[in-house]
Amino acid sequence: MFELLSFLQLQQLWWMIVSLLAGLFVFLMFIQGGQSLLFSLPENEVEKSMLINSLGRKWELGFTTLVLFGGALFAAFPLFYATSFGGAYWVWLAILFCFIIQAVSYEYRKKENNFLGQKTYEMFLYINGSLGVILLGVALSTLFSGASFHLDENFFVQWDTNLRGLEALFIPQNYLLAFSLFFLARLSAGLYFLSNINHASLHVRIQKMLLKNTLLFLPFFLGFLAWIFLKEGFAYDTSGVVHIEAYKYLSNLLALPVVAVMILLGVVLVLVALYLGIFKANVHGIKVMGVGIVLAVMGIFLLLGFNQTAFYPSLSALQSSLTIENSSGSHYTLTAMSYVALIIPFVLAYITYAWYAMDKKDIDEAEIRDASEHHY
Amino acid sequence: MNELASVDWSRAQFALTAIYHFLFVPLTLGLSFIIAIMETLYIKTGDAHWKKITQFWMSLFAINFAIGVATGLIMEFEFGTNWANYSWFVGDIFGAPLAIEGILAFFMESTFFAVMFFGWNKVSPKFHLLSTWLVAIGSNLSAFWILVANGWMQYPVGMHFNPATARNEMENFFDVALSPVAVIKFLHTVASGYVIGALFVVGISAWFLLKKKELLFAKRSMVVGATFGLITSLFLAFSGDESAYQVTQHQPAKLAAMEGLYKGESRAGLIAFGILNPNKKLGDNEPEFLGDIEIPYMLSLLGHRHVDAFVAGLEDLVYGNPLHNIPSASERIANGKIALQALSDFREAKKMGDAPKMRENEAILQTHMKDFGYGYFEKPEQIIPPIALSFYSFHIMVSLGMWFIALFALVLFYILKRDITRYPLVLYAALWSIPLGYIAAEAGWIVAEVGRQPWAIQDLMPTHIAATHLGGGNVALSFTLFAILFTVLLIAEIKIMLRQISKGFEGGH
Repeated sequence: MFELLSFLQLQQLWWMIVSLLAGLFVFLMFIQGGQSLLFSLPENEVEKSMLINSLGRKWELGFTTLVLFGGALFAAFPLFYATSFGGAYWVWLAILFCFIIQAVSYEYRKKENNFLGQKTYEMFLYINGSLGVILLGVALSTLFSGASFHLDENFFVQWDTNLRGLEALFIPQNYLLAFSLFFLARLSAGLYFLSNINHASLHVRIQKMLLKNTLLFLPFFLGFLAWIFLKEGFAYDTSGVVHIEAYKYLSNLLALPVVAVMILLGVVLVLVALYLGIFKANVHGIKVMGVGIVLAVMGIFLLLGFNQTAFYPSLSALQSSLTIENSSGSHYTLTAMSYVALIIPFVLAYITYAWYAMDKKDIDEAEIRDASEHHY
Repeated sequence: MNELASVDWSRAQFALTAIYHFLFVPLTLGLSFIIAIMETLYIKTGDAHWKKITQFWMSLFAINFAIGVATGLIMEFEFGTNWANYSWFVGDIFGAPLAIEGILAFFMESTFFAVMFFGWNKVSPKFHLLSTWLVAIGSNLSAFWILVANGWMQYPVGMHFNPATARNEMENFFDVALSPVAVIKFLHTVASGYVIGALFVVGISAWFLLKKKELLFAKRSMVVGATFGLITSLFLAFSGDESAYQVTQHQPAKLAAMEGLYKGESRAGLIAFGILNPNKKLGDNEPEFLGDIEIPYMLSLLGHRHVDAFVAGLEDLVYGNPLHNIPSASERIANGKIALQALSDFREAKKMGDAPKMRENEAILQTHMKDFGYGYFEKPEQIIPPIALSFYSFHIMVSLGMWFIALFALVLFYILKRDITRYPLVLYAALWSIPLGYIAAEAGWIVAEVGRQPWAIQDLMPTHIAATHLGGGNVALSFTLFAILFTVLLIAEIKIMLRQISKGFEGGH
């Protein structure tokens, strides 16, 4: 079946899968958003434990999606994997450090004799939820702003700055996406808490938090959209030669109406979800938010890679810029991987079932105080 | 010079991550099945004691699992950060198993891990049991795919080199996934995990018995652990034998280093115990060992399944042995340089649009492709892996493997036929064998990975070509940061684990 697709179609299919994973990962960042609220939202230890236990049952899904995102990039676009991770060394390592400390913190936080103390593990969760998200946003933003690298005759990366990726922190526009993600994650977290924690006064505070963070999210997100649609982009012609083109991402939006609808619908759903959360404390807001985020993020990723666009532009050697055509795996590998990807709906189905089974009953104070249950 | 230092630091950093990661993974692999067996006994018998036993071991499993996840994430991304050239050169083959690992295994583990820990009162007992088994299966499935990737580095198959993209491209997925090296590597590695899981359960149960605490829980745990351990340690020996056979067939220099074999011989004996002569150099007449005990014919039998077979030594591989059709490293280096030149000429021809010249150079390249990686070396002696580290690691691993079989048999005998609490020596032996399990597992990895040197991918890409051009300072700093962070987390893990153990089976979750 997949063998019959052309090489370009397979590359596009895999860019769509990577975009979908990016969308799912950004949605699952509600875990990070929740962690960034640990020191401001709860008023006492029990409330904090409720939040942590609510997040703690999902954190591995986010972590696993991040790992899969890396694995899918390695398999489908190995030149991007090699160039970006090897080149922008420090920014990726900083992100990884933020995730290492997350992985142990849920389990170790309340354990006796835990060496670093409960506060340290909570601080680890906070760092992961704030710095981790902001750094990821900066790293992803370089897909629009570009990076300084060139590839040698063996396609081995040579990075052209000594900061090895940290230079992205000095490009102010990169913070538009970084803080959009940061506030978006907090908003998703609020809606998620509303859906599975049963606690009236916490709900009121969550609604206030949602309003405040919506007001902070919108300027950054609108600023990000304005930046990408007004800036020049990196296009390539049929022979693969890369050139700079004014309003490239805007013209991609106009040239790809389905993608434009996806983004628009995604943004509308996010706004609807926020309305449901802020004004109704609705438990289903998180579902609407999830669909909205996946659609919007996927659409933005499609703008990056489709319509003859270089998705990882090189600022120092334009012709080293990466496109879905020059950075992908072979036709055979993409075909084989496509067959494997057929299992993804099945995976999503059992995740959904397990999520449903575990969330049938809301988390409440009684459960947190019950010593016979396993808690974080 | 700076780049050389960068390669060494990258190797150190990857070794550090792998060694830490492999402190936690084997216990996950083994303990997950032991827990699943215990919970099955609970569901079958309805005996609440089995539930308590399951929950106790599960609480230790969770402490270990968390840090295994953290170090595993780093391993996946370090291929890109520190081995970028490698990631392009073989990413078309190597990336697929990693992605499949994510899709098939990680989600299964992480989804059902949450059910296993938080679902006791939320889902039905049977669904809970299924979740526990799925965590075990997911963990082992994950090991399969990463070991397929590792097996491919040891014995690259199922691909061809594409000069236009300067990389290897997959030709047959099933050749990669079902390569005999990959399959046996998987079986041997997971078996080592099962044995560590069993040593952990038996050793900690022994501690309770020595303390005269939790006798019923500890004895039951010990029976399950020792039975599981005896079966899996026998399997470990069997898979180790097959693994050594594969090494002989595909990585003869690694085998020669593992055995300290300088001059090849027919009817070669296996060194059961030996002290290497530190003054021994390739090609001189010094003895290989200061002292050794050899089992006659065994190495030929092990490596070629025939007592008369010739086993190549390091000198045969470096200087060649026409009698046994073994080319010298110099010849292979010359062939490799022809291949590299052909690749360069191919590129030139491509730039000029000279199709006949491209075809001509591609043909030269493919003819010499099996020696491609040798073209990056200057001296024949560079193809030898570190001998002492490979030799001692191999012998420590094998000796400990034999000890574990004896230990499990002893423990089973005493717990089933005698009152084991009256034999403290057996209990102490079980307790002190916990660290030995980890030493054996790490030694196994050193044999596999140090023995693979100087190759990142056997015969195709040397390690020093595989590394990212980072500059030594960057990696020295990241190595230090990783070392500090992993060590702090390891201390935390051990402290929490010890406290949790001391709380016993009734100590809550």
